[in-house]
Amino acid sequence: MLNKRFFLYALLSLVVYGVIQGMIFGEVLDDTYVDTLVLIGINIILAVSLNLINGFTGQFSIGHAGFMSVGAYVSAIFTVNLEMNFVLGLLAGCVAAALAGLVIGLPTLRLKGDYLAIATLGFGEIIRIVWLNTDYVGGASGLNGIEKITDWTWTFFLVFATIVIIQNIVNSTHGRALVAIRENEIAAEAMGINTTKYKVIAFVVGAFFAGLAGALHAHYFYIIQPQSFGFIKSFEILVFVVLGGLGSTGGVVLGAILLTVIFTALQEYPDLRMIIYSLILILTMIFRPRGLLGNWSVKKALKKKGGDSHGNTTSA
Amino acid sequence: MATQRLLDVQRVSRSFGGLKAVSDVNMQIDNGELVGLIGPNGAGKTTFFNLLTGVYEPSEGKIVFAGDSVGGLKPYEITKRGAARTFQNIRLFGDMTVLENVMVAYHTHAKHNFFSSLFRLPGHFKGEADMRERALEFLKIFKLEGKHEEVARNLPYGEQRRLEIARALAAKPKLLLLDEPAAGMNPQETTELMNLIRWIRDEFRITILLIEHDMGLVMGVCERIYVLDHGQVIASGTPEEIRQNPKVIEAYLGQEV
Repeated sequence: MLNKRFFLYALLSLVVYGVIQGMIFGEVLDDTYVDTLVLIGINIILAVSLNLINGFTGQFSIGHAGFMSVGAYVSAIFTVNLEMNFVLGLLAGCVAAALAGLVIGLPTLRLKGDYLAIATLGFGEIIRIVWLNTDYVGGASGLNGIEKITDWTWTFFLVFATIVIIQNIVNSTHGRALVAIRENEIAAEAMGINTTKYKVIAFVVGAFFAGLAGALHAHYFYIIQPQSFGFIKSFEILVFVVLGGLGSTGGVVLGAILLTVIFTALQEYPDLRMIIYSLILILTMIFRPRGLLGNWSVKKALKKKGGDSHGNTTSA
Repeated sequence: MATQRLLDVQRVSRSFGGLKAVSDVNMQIDNGELVGLIGPNGAGKTTFFNLLTGVYEPSEGKIVFAGDSVGGLKPYEITKRGAARTFQNIRLFGDMTVLENVMVAYHTHAKHNFFSSLFRLPGHFKGEADMRERALEFLKIFKLEGKHEEVARNLPYGEQRRLEIARALAAKPKLLLLDEPAAGMNPQETTELMNLIRWIRDEFRITILLIEHDMGLVMGVCERIYVLDHGQVIASGTPEEIRQNPKVIEAYLGQEV
């Protein structure tokens, strides 16, 4: 049952991939569309990974851009300065970001709520300032001359892998442990869950994928600069998650796609852009306070539908 | 060694600033006993529970559980050694389903580790299916089987209490700690609860320590009772002895015990 659903999703995604790849190949979609598609992919990875921390585990972290920058810089150092290949660079970026997550997560995850948010925000800024003051990576002017390797294919398959792995965690006893921490930390601990360990796991996995997004970003836009990974970027990722629906993978994917498209479409109207963007956020929060999809999940919806049709057949 | 000591609390105290919430408490519980802990409001009962379950660390004294000293261990470590609890104010995982609530309790006994779930190795599927099946069986015992897909926060109050007890028992404890299980229940529900508690003890062969305000329940179900007042044990013995103890009567001031 579960496997069948997985293969159905996989097949569907492959069709989407194939169609878009075909359109790129046939030059129906030009470079600006590919730019947007890659950006959407990177944003989905960021949103889905932050959702593991904020949505499922309920630990309010807003330093995600910091981990993204670790992935971007470390992967770029590997491919540019050390002249290693891309895959190795990607891997190094992810692992470095995960390590940063571990180092930052261990002390800060003792904090709760607002305090954790402030602490993660602070650490995110610290990471940015470290890059800013390191001449080895170009300081304020950033790291130049990164080869453009990321394309639609790389982006698609890495987005796919990210979603599969995050869903694998969430739909397991380990994911239930995370949600239990969100729902009631005291009860979770009383049920034998090592809450610190699981919070750190969520944080490290989240950081790992933020690093992946960073590495993809670095190898698409030729150049990385500290200011692209500031508080604004962290906030942007948070908005994908909150708007999409904390704790709903489908929701945050939708949130990331929607907001990236709107943001790109509004690029021609720079004056209006932030106004419209913030209006959308305000309206969503008024009409869908739990996010676009709330904690809706495909699994739950299918079950409900199944139940309803069953009810109908018995009454008819 | 027909009866074994399960819990040995030796001169345990806990102070918060200048206030001694629990002072010099001794308590011995053997395997299979059903013991009650009563006392007026603010006597330190819940603080004492929190000491047993690792929420607080004792300021003085020693707690020996199942042969090991557990003072200073974290709550999840104590749970893993076989003590599970319920809470005075129900603490379910509100947004999770009834089934998932129970499945969380099996987490400590899960045979599949993080990586087998991450990469969906065969162990994961077997482990999850096993957990699910056992949780469903368990819900049947507690007459909650029809509601396993329901979100826990939508259950009626009495069923939430039952689910919380079920969840604690699913962790396979040696010692079950119930913090005011009858709080907010009507007399009929309380009677049902009494039967349930007795039945749990016999069926699961575990030791139960319960805090309760409802005298009828404590006197009716417990074999031994400890009375706590101002953080100190002022009496202990069978329900009969407690009923006639002048100190207890005084502590409850006029209340018929």
